Amino acid sequence: MTSVGSDGSGAATVAQVLETRGEQVAQQWADLPLFRNVYTTGRDAAVAAAHRLVRVLAEVARHGRLDDTSAPDFERVRPHLAQTVTARTRSGATHQQITAEVAELKRPLLEIVARETGGADGAVAAVELMGTLRVVVVEIALSEGAELIDRQRAQLLEISNPVIKLWDGVVAVPLIGTLDSARTQVVMEALLQAIVDQNAGMAILDITGVPMVDTVVAQYLLKTAMAVRLMGAECVISGIRPQIAQTIVQLGIDLGDITTRATLADALKWALGKAGVSVVVGEG
Amino acid sequence: MSRDEVTRLEIGSDVQIAGARQAVRQAAVAAGFSLVEQTKIVTAASELARNTLVHGGGGHMELAVVENSGGHGIRLTFTDDGPGIPDVDVALSDGYSTGNGLGLGLGGARRLVQDFTIESRPGGGTTVTAVAWSRMAQRVPR
Repeated sequence: MTSVGSDGSGAATVAQVLETRGEQVAQQWADLPLFRNVYTTGRDAAVAAAHRLVRVLAEVARHGRLDDTSAPDFERVRPHLAQTVTARTRSGATHQQITAEVAELKRPLLEIVARETGGADGAVAAVELMGTLRVVVVEIALSEGAELIDRQRAQLLEISNPVIKLWDGVVAVPLIGTLDSARTQVVMEALLQAIVDQNAGMAILDITGVPMVDTVVAQYLLKTAMAVRLMGAECVISGIRPQIAQTIVQLGIDLGDITTRATLADALKWALGKAGVSVVVGEG
Repeated sequence: MSRDEVTRLEIGSDVQIAGARQAVRQAAVAAGFSLVEQTKIVTAASELARNTLVHGGGGHMELAVVENSGGHGIRLTFTDDGPGIPDVDVALSDGYSTGNGLGLGLGGARRLVQDFTIESRPGGGTTVTAVAWSRMAQRVPR
């Protein structure tokens, strides 16, 4: 790929400026928010980081790949840029702020390029190079975000569905939040496994923490209950609050012959009764 | 209906359906809906948003807080450019489903709100409007 400067001489000019005046550029960049806010421990660290970036940009320009975000030279600064982006994100900066801070790097470089060369080619190439850097930073910010979301989603799947043993042969899952197909799958697997492991005859699905039951959520509950039954266990759905009961009726959902109870305590009582356990309140 | 502040939300993914539910819940709380009324409009929104995504291939929801002399209501308008509904009456009947759902979503959503209209032409997309009023606002004759 060629740069905007038709014969690529602009790229060479920028490369030369970055190589010979690298220290000067790095010194100025170190005072800008992007570096100053990340390297709070000392200015030397900020200058070193800025210089690292300058050297890489010089390589990119030297190879004439001003508009190539996948230029291999960028790979070398990706970890450092990712660190910078993560640090800025953690301190509450938005993607817009971070890209604006990257854009601020442009002016000092342009001034130095203009002073050193005087021609337009170098300036045009420098603008293009800094635009590419900005895109690279955005890409990093987005992939960091996506990674975080994936990690949190996986964590959520794991932590939100514990199968609890309430009594010998009685297991329960307190469901919290909205059910989707992925979560239902995890719940169903964990519950069915617990039924096998603990030789349970009763399974309680508690939906106290489910804010809304629409037809899709109801379908997931019905499927889970059906699977429990196929395992030879009985299934109770508990935690049906008044507003949920009303919506289920108005939607016209038929829970069939699935046993339901208003609270988890009622469901446990029912399960214990079925198991032949009677609870006696002592005197004292 | 005097105050119409319309919020527009894209419906193009499951995450956006969840976002639509949250927006409707917040609006319902702000409009003074009781817990039962909140749950009904949120559930209706969930059904209609999913229809927009699954059957309409995605679209958008417009959320407006409306007002009469008794209190507030919430108007939800779901619009898609999908294939449209050939026979609205059939689509509204319980147990009818073109997918593998329970076939209760559209009819159920209609029962959860006070005003409900569907405009649809085969090939011309679908617009569903649902309005729910708080209990006080329901007493005012319309």
